[in-house]
Amino acid sequence: MLKIVCSVAAVVVAAIALVISPARADEFTKEDLKKWDAAFQTVAKEGEKLFHSALGKNSVSCDMCHPHASNNHPETYPKFQKQLGKVVGLREMINWCIQNPLEGVPLALDDPKMYALEAYIYWERRGVKLAPGKH
Amino acid sequence: MTNGINRRTFLKGAGVLAASAALPVGLVEIAFGKGNESFTFAYISDSHITQINDTQFVRNFDRGLQKAVLEVNFMDPQPDFVIFGGDLAQLGKKAEIDHGLAIMKDLTVPVKWVIGEHDYYLDLGKYWQEKVSPLYYSFDHKGVHFVVLNSILTHDDWTHKRWPTPEERMRQMARLDNPEGSPFMVKDEQIAWLKSDLAKVKKDTPLVVLSHSPLYKVFKEWNFWTDDAEKVQALLKPFKKVQVLHGHVHQVLYNRIGNISFNAFMATAWPWPYPVSYSQLKNKVPDMTVFMSRADPFKERDGTGWGKIDLADGPKVVHHYELWENSPRTVENNPKGNPADTKYQDPKKRIPSQEHY
Repeated sequence: MLKIVCSVAAVVVAAIALVISPARADEFTKEDLKKWDAAFQTVAKEGEKLFHSALGKNSVSCDMCHPHASNNHPETYPKFQKQLGKVVGLREMINWCIQNPLEGVPLALDDPKMYALEAYIYWERRGVKLAPGKH
Repeated sequence: MTNGINRRTFLKGAGVLAASAALPVGLVEIAFGKGNESFTFAYISDSHITQINDTQFVRNFDRGLQKAVLEVNFMDPQPDFVIFGGDLAQLGKKAEIDHGLAIMKDLTVPVKWVIGEHDYYLDLGKYWQEKVSPLYYSFDHKGVHFVVLNSILTHDDWTHKRWPTPEERMRQMARLDNPEGSPFMVKDEQIAWLKSDLAKVKKDTPLVVLSHSPLYKVFKEWNFWTDDAEKVQALLKPFKKVQVLHGHVHQVLYNRIGNISFNAFMATAWPWPYPVSYSQLKNKVPDMTVFMSRADPFKERDGTGWGKIDLADGPKVVHHYELWENSPRTVENNPKGNPADTKYQDPKKRIPSQEHY
């Protein structure tokens, strides 16, 4: 009987310990978070610049149809893309726009410019609920 | 038409006003009667003709304007005239304006021109006035008084002091979501002109006001906005029926403030999204507007189109939106006198807008 009581007490102690001490592995310092946010913002800023410049051959830029990157609905990707006939990510759609209205050459999917465009588009849509696959 | 005289024959033969003295008096009275004769005019807007280099222009925007011109030419009966709602060019270059004018020259009816910010901010309207039209003016047509305003002016400081070159000024104004932008204005000098122009017009004369930007406030961050719109509205208030027609927003958009109805026109170049699609800032689209469905990016001409306005019985305005890849829309005044989408105003009858592609 005593033994059981002790076990219960041990569990209780352990639980209390968890509440008192929320220590986790890999705790991020404020400096870490600041650094990473700055890195993201640098890329998103670069994306904003690209978004407002001619990426193709005809001087048309993305913002001409998408001010503030609106009407891109990045939260709905991946989804079925009609003209490609399969489920794709936002990057394939970005390339479709570069090839068609902008009359340019598609970017490699891991091109730093592609990440920058994606970062800017997602940043302007922050806070909107994820809805992958939605049309 | 009355008196067995075909209106087109009359207009073609008369050169409108110039030869009116040589025409039967009765006919002149009909032409400038009491606003009970129906007539139509078409509206084309926002072609954004863009030069790539030398003789090369953006194909898609050329095609949009060419299609609009072709379709107006096929209209039967022919409209009395076409209003061009501004932004013929993208960066205000002479080559772009000339190229746009060359396409518009194929129209079989005369054109009345409104200037847009893309036509203006390179040389502050110099070439436009030389080649196209005055920046603001008025005219009468069959009992209706038309006023054309230059609604895309802005603060002197922004226009004259902020930018190192005219090209840079134009480039900054051309960016819709520009944090360095400045709101549109009609400005006091032109408002004073409007006041004196309207002083000569009887208060029961139907007024049609043509501006590039909406003469009310939708979303400042994209300049769907005219900062001193209230001053203009105050001058229009004493008139019984006032219709403001504008371009700039590249979408189906309509509103009514007091006695003033506002209708926007589609662009021939590309559709803008509705401001509500930008989730980071508060904005306001008039409650009565039934949105058009989101354009399908895989159809080149979707989300663009042109408008045709009927002014039946003078002030009763019926606005047909011809959407090249979408169902056509008709907006007319409902029994309460508010503009309403005749088919989709009732929420139960609306086509659910496709939100995503």
